[in-house]
Amino acid sequence: MNDSGPTAAERFVRGILPENPVYRQLLGMCPTLAVTAAVKPALTMVAATAFVLICANVLVSLIRRLLVPHLRILVFTLTIATFVTIADRVLAAYLYEMSKALGPYVPLIIVNCMIISRCEVCASKQTVGVALADAVGVSLGFLVALASVATVREILGMGTWMGLPVLPEGVPRLVLFVMPPGAFLTLGLLLGAINAWSARRARRRASATPRTVKEAA
Amino acid sequence: MTPATPSSPDLEAPRLHVAPGPHLVSGGRSTRGMMVDVLVGLAPVLAAAVLVFREWALLQLALCLVSCALFETLFARLRGRGLRGRGLRGREASLTDGSALVTGAILGLSLPWSAPWYVAVVASAVAIGIGKAAYGGLGQNVFNPAMVGRAFVMVSFASVMGAASYVRPGADLSIVTQATPLTAAKEAAGAADIPGLWPMFLGVTNGSLGETSALACLLGGVWLCWRRSAAWRIPAGVFAGAAAAAAVAVLANPASPLGVPHHLLAGSLAFGAFFIATDPVTSPLSHRGQWLFGLGIGVLVITIRMLSNYPEGVVFAVLLMNAAVPLIDRATIPEPLGGIPSADREAAS
Repeated sequence: MNDSGPTAAERFVRGILPENPVYRQLLGMCPTLAVTAAVKPALTMVAATAFVLICANVLVSLIRRLLVPHLRILVFTLTIATFVTIADRVLAAYLYEMSKALGPYVPLIIVNCMIISRCEVCASKQTVGVALADAVGVSLGFLVALASVATVREILGMGTWMGLPVLPEGVPRLVLFVMPPGAFLTLGLLLGAINAWSARRARRRASATPRTVKEAA
Repeated sequence: MTPATPSSPDLEAPRLHVAPGPHLVSGGRSTRGMMVDVLVGLAPVLAAAVLVFREWALLQLALCLVSCALFETLFARLRGRGLRGRGLRGREASLTDGSALVTGAILGLSLPWSAPWYVAVVASAVAIGIGKAAYGGLGQNVFNPAMVGRAFVMVSFASVMGAASYVRPGADLSIVTQATPLTAAKEAAGAADIPGLWPMFLGVTNGSLGETSALACLLGGVWLCWRRSAAWRIPAGVFAGAAAAAAVAVLANPASPLGVPHHLLAGSLAFGAFFIATDPVTSPLSHRGQWLFGLGIGVLVITIRMLSNYPEGVVFAVLLMNAAVPLIDRATIPEPLGGIPSADREAAS
């Protein structure tokens, strides 16, 4: 088994925007939709998920030479479940209110495809350093996604950001945005905006390239 | 020397008018023509609304028409730029086909007289932007745009759109000092608080702007069906479904102050049946499908009235049945004349 693949720096940068877990790979939809009604629970969820992702990636990378191909998914799941249980119990012990507010969504981190995909794509094939960089990069990408969705929903729906008042009293609140349909609307609109933005960038790059080629010739 | 290329490709494209046969009589039908028919059909409803609610009706309607037209222009411009090339479908065509005005008129007439200005603006933005433009414009939308906007503000601004907002004690206009008939029925459950059938038919009751007068809706609706801009089977189905469900509701609870005729005349059933459910984009194509669609709306309206916290259910009934339209269309594909019956086709394949 060789350890070749993208370098640690590449893995780190890709996870944040170019291969953003939510906006590019559409993974981790359940927490993205369920816990983004306000910024605080969203950040707690990101922290718990990042803890699980980083620990699972590092551990899987350490034991990668022991993995048997047909049992690997089982090993990934058990590894992830162990760390999710730790995260869940720590939250319940030290952030009881938040733990209650997040409800079943902390245990549900186990089935977050984002984590198992990182174990499969990166950690089971590359060294510990690369797996760590990958996990941190993807966690940052998850942070960008959840924070952006939660920011839009909390400001439009409640006029606050992390509980701090942002909009003046007179501005009507769009309560729908903190309700479940608002999650789908916000995610859809943000996805559309990001797709439009990257399509425009790609077009610009495409129209710029032939010109430089011509000039060079 | 290069051959002369057209500066704008869409200038060269032939103008095709797509219509079902027989083409001897189909020449005059256009989206614009149908939208003008709807606006004419809405005239009696508007007249009734102005008679009942005075300047409130005009203000609300003007606000919705203007904001729908503005948002239509804005979103068409956004999409035109996104598609590359100048003037690709959308820019001029989307405003002049009149569909934004119809959406604005129906939206305005479905709002309470007391709704603040931002309700109309937000509802218009959602109707045109999320209800229509996000799906790819007129003809692609799954849900009736006006109802998407109405549902959005109904849920978002519950405090200014709820049953209590219709009533303003001590107002100059005596009608708006009473609860709407369906709210009265829901809360008081005493027959004395329900207006008589004749006032409900004429429309001298409280309610959303366009819904109070069943007579005006009937006049405009019959005109629409006669012009064939609306499929008559849909409103017929709505009334039949609502009557059947109301009969069941009355049998189940004989003490209810609402009889079957009350159910048919109250709320926005008539307005919804003739003007909202008949939107050609979001209703089924086949005759059988139109009956099914109408019946479903009628039954759902009464179900929501009787069993939910909302006094009226036209908005959600229409949206739910809109979602079922692709299924209905698939299940009711008619046999072509001389074609192979579908059972035989399945057996052959």
